[in-house]
Amino acid sequence: MAVDLSILLVLVQDGIVNGAIYGLLALALVIVFTVTRVILVPIGEFVAFGALTLAALETGTLPGTVWLLGILGVASAACRLWASRRHATMRSVAWQIGTSLLLPVVVAGLAWACIHWQAPQLVKVLVALAIVAPMGPYLYDVVYRPMADASVLVLLIVSVALHLALQGLGLVFFGSEGSRTQSLADTTLEIGPLFISGQSIVVVLVTLALIVALFLFFERTLMGRALRATAVNRLGAQLVAISPALCGHVAFTLAASIGALGGILISAMTTIYYDTGFLIALKGFVAAVIGGLVSYPLAAASAILIGLVESFASFHASAFKEVLVFMIIIPVLLWRSWRTPALLDEGEE
Amino acid sequence: MSAAHRAVALLLLALAILAPLLPGFPPFWVTLLSYIGLSALVALGLVVLVGVAGLTSFGQAMFVGFGAYTTAILTTRYGFSPWATLPVALVVSGLLAWGIGAITLRLKGHYLAIATIAWNVSFFYLAGNLDFFQRNDGISGIPAITLFGIDFARSMNFYWLVLACVVLAILLTRNLLDSRAGRAVRALRGGALAAESFGVNTFNARVLAFVYAGVLAGLSGWLYAHLQRAVNPSPFGINMSIDYLLMAVAGGVHNIGGALLGAAIVTLLRDQLQTLLPWLLNAQGNFETIVFGGLLILILQFSPQGLWPHLMKLVSRLLPRPAEAPVPPISEAPPLPLRAQPARGAEVLRASELRKQFGGLVAVDNVGFTLNAGEVVGLIGPNGAGKSTTFNLLTGVLAATKGNVAFLGEEICGSTARHIATRGVARTFQHVKLVRGMSVLDNVALGAHLRGAAGPLSAALHLDRAEEARIFALAWQQLHRVGLAQCAHLVADDLSLGQQRLVEIARALCLDPVLLLLDEPAAGLRHLEKAALARLLDRLRQDGMTILLVEHDMDFVMNLTDRLVVMNFGAELAQGRPKDIQGNPAVIDAYLGTAA
Repeated sequence: MAVDLSILLVLVQDGIVNGAIYGLLALALVIVFTVTRVILVPIGEFVAFGALTLAALETGTLPGTVWLLGILGVASAACRLWASRRHATMRSVAWQIGTSLLLPVVVAGLAWACIHWQAPQLVKVLVALAIVAPMGPYLYDVVYRPMADASVLVLLIVSVALHLALQGLGLVFFGSEGSRTQSLADTTLEIGPLFISGQSIVVVLVTLALIVALFLFFERTLMGRALRATAVNRLGAQLVAISPALCGHVAFTLAASIGALGGILISAMTTIYYDTGFLIALKGFVAAVIGGLVSYPLAAASAILIGLVESFASFHASAFKEVLVFMIIIPVLLWRSWRTPALLDEGEE
Repeated sequence: MSAAHRAVALLLLALAILAPLLPGFPPFWVTLLSYIGLSALVALGLVVLVGVAGLTSFGQAMFVGFGAYTTAILTTRYGFSPWATLPVALVVSGLLAWGIGAITLRLKGHYLAIATIAWNVSFFYLAGNLDFFQRNDGISGIPAITLFGIDFARSMNFYWLVLACVVLAILLTRNLLDSRAGRAVRALRGGALAAESFGVNTFNARVLAFVYAGVLAGLSGWLYAHLQRAVNPSPFGINMSIDYLLMAVAGGVHNIGGALLGAAIVTLLRDQLQTLLPWLLNAQGNFETIVFGGLLILILQFSPQGLWPHLMKLVSRLLPRPAEAPVPPISEAPPLPLRAQPARGAEVLRASELRKQFGGLVAVDNVGFTLNAGEVVGLIGPNGAGKSTTFNLLTGVLAATKGNVAFLGEEICGSTARHIATRGVARTFQHVKLVRGMSVLDNVALGAHLRGAAGPLSAALHLDRAEEARIFALAWQQLHRVGLAQCAHLVADDLSLGQQRLVEIARALCLDPVLLLLDEPAAGLRHLEKAALARLLDRLRQDGMTILLVEHDMDFVMNLTDRLVVMNFGAELAQGRPKDIQGNPAVIDAYLGTAA
């Protein structure tokens, strides 16, 4: 198949837009891995939950994720209260109950109001984010925090198990039908032979804004620096009174928000099913692995590359686009393997 | 395994053979038992991979798929008999596992896990989209297995075939783990560093575990294809891989029995949940993933060893206590050929101008000394003087920034730890590095790795028994030597720290070293134990061995060593006989501080 200029431009545009979303996910994965050593496979479920929750709000039904948020809130409150039973103060208990129990109730109220009064699209997006984002820290409390000292490998098995459970729940809440959400910007920009959809512009702008915001967060704020300190040396950070739990909460909130946002952005361009999130996340994953799970710029750059490979592959060999994307990982692993002299430091957990 | 345990195992086997023959045994249960057996084969591979080697794969369903598709394609398209495709299926699964392992197993463990996720998803899409695999329709019309007129299309016969395969796999796995190659794989959990310094090629050991798991999965796939008589991509997806991992973890990833238990629990549970959950939720779908995911998390949180150890605790309460294993008498004859030791007084090692820089920090600066055969030399100095770094430079654990090390005339600076071990340098570690959960005797036998040659295949078939007997005779000899023979059958991590240091020395002696490097051997020993250790080292010196030791106990050092090398702030401060060093003002300054 010959590729003329207009098709080429469309493919490049598609690649960059999808790549931007994979890049967001890759950044979230790197944040979570460096801070907590968790390889957050279930970020794909946050993607699907974000998209499908928004789709449910648009059709005027209360999304099942509201119930999940409530259940996870209760479980998280139980775990947090139990973990802090020896040194609980009135303030800490009030804070735990407020963030774990009250928050889901408030969010549920918002969701109901949003459906009842037919809120504008932007409000629905924000409510969808508010439903999914707190799941991150709740899951951290319930699943990861009790075994924060386990090896990377055990945490990875837990992540995969969590992905399995959440994906099943997604099927319960949203069924096997796919959904698409409304575009956030309906205009189309025409520059010479190039048509740029409003949604593409939104995606790229939001991505850039988020990268700048994350940069400022990590460079300029005390919390951001605390997270970086934890990433460099967990014990050292703990010794200067940086709470690993707080860092975990922040990292997981960021990851869940970024995941849900990625889902919301992509769902206006492609149909999302309950299990689509995993595949989208895997591409963010490949990008993060190329960056060695630690480098932000490498991860972001490889995400764009993956987006481009995918968009050209879907044009030339659509049946094999997933395979081609995942096979990028092989030369990367070969290169890393060849560069690594010998592995002499890894032992028992 | 005690006699009582063996009896219980045989009883269970007899039950597994006879139970389906009982009148009224539901035919559906026979099929279910076959499926449990198929899953148990895969889970058994995961026990070796996850529990023994400490690696994880999310791609075992893919290897099952390799086995299944190999036989499906060969029998339906090219008219092969199922028995002819069995070796092909095993080789295909093993080769693909080898290829995947070769590019990921040099990296940290989680890269293998991530890579297998990507591979498994890719395989699923390839099988579903390529004509070669007949896409999502799959391949049907696979012939049934027959042998000497027995038709394995009958579910009862097929069950017995599966049972035979499972029993065979269990025996092979036991033989493999209890061998030179198996100990190398088990040593991975004690840290690659310790294993490499006894000559274990840890990369090969990891690949071996991964290939073995892949071959077992391939066998399961071959059976599956002939049980179903049709294959399509759906049972070879990533979710099924996670299920296999759940089986291994739920049953108990450190025990062969755990694989059977886990396979039974998960298979039976899935069968129940697949009817119960859609009815409860009033919808169609694979909802059992919710329960399985949650279950896996709970098990890892509350009982990471799985359910098997709990079951064994119950069983051992019912069984008589096993008799204490006997300690063989001391024997003097060397069970394995010894290497030629250099003549007493000949130069064994010469280090010159050694320098090691970590970024801006110079840990070792221009250090040089020689060691002569039959000499005990002490490397002393205050904390942070660079003694352990020097040790690591000599043994190839760290690469020197500059300098040379000649060992018996060969330049070894820049060689790998493994190569230096083959030349006859054995060591112990400042922070004891024994394989946890493994017996003292097995830990010591690990030191003899380089003195054996048996490979995994001869081990699995038990053709290595003569060599194994010699290796263990050697291990006993060294345990007698350090005075720990009565502890041989204990788990290494149950010993006191001082005893663990002695086990490390026994392990190092198994290498038959020319040069023995001991990093703080007396730390944690009591007074009498120290005296015994000093006598042992003295005897080794008389036998002609060269010893370099780092030690803080000055009495111990001064009484034992022939010469001392003193280091301070990375640099060499003094060298000489203990008497002279004791009077050296620079050394006294370094230890006690200069008077103001």
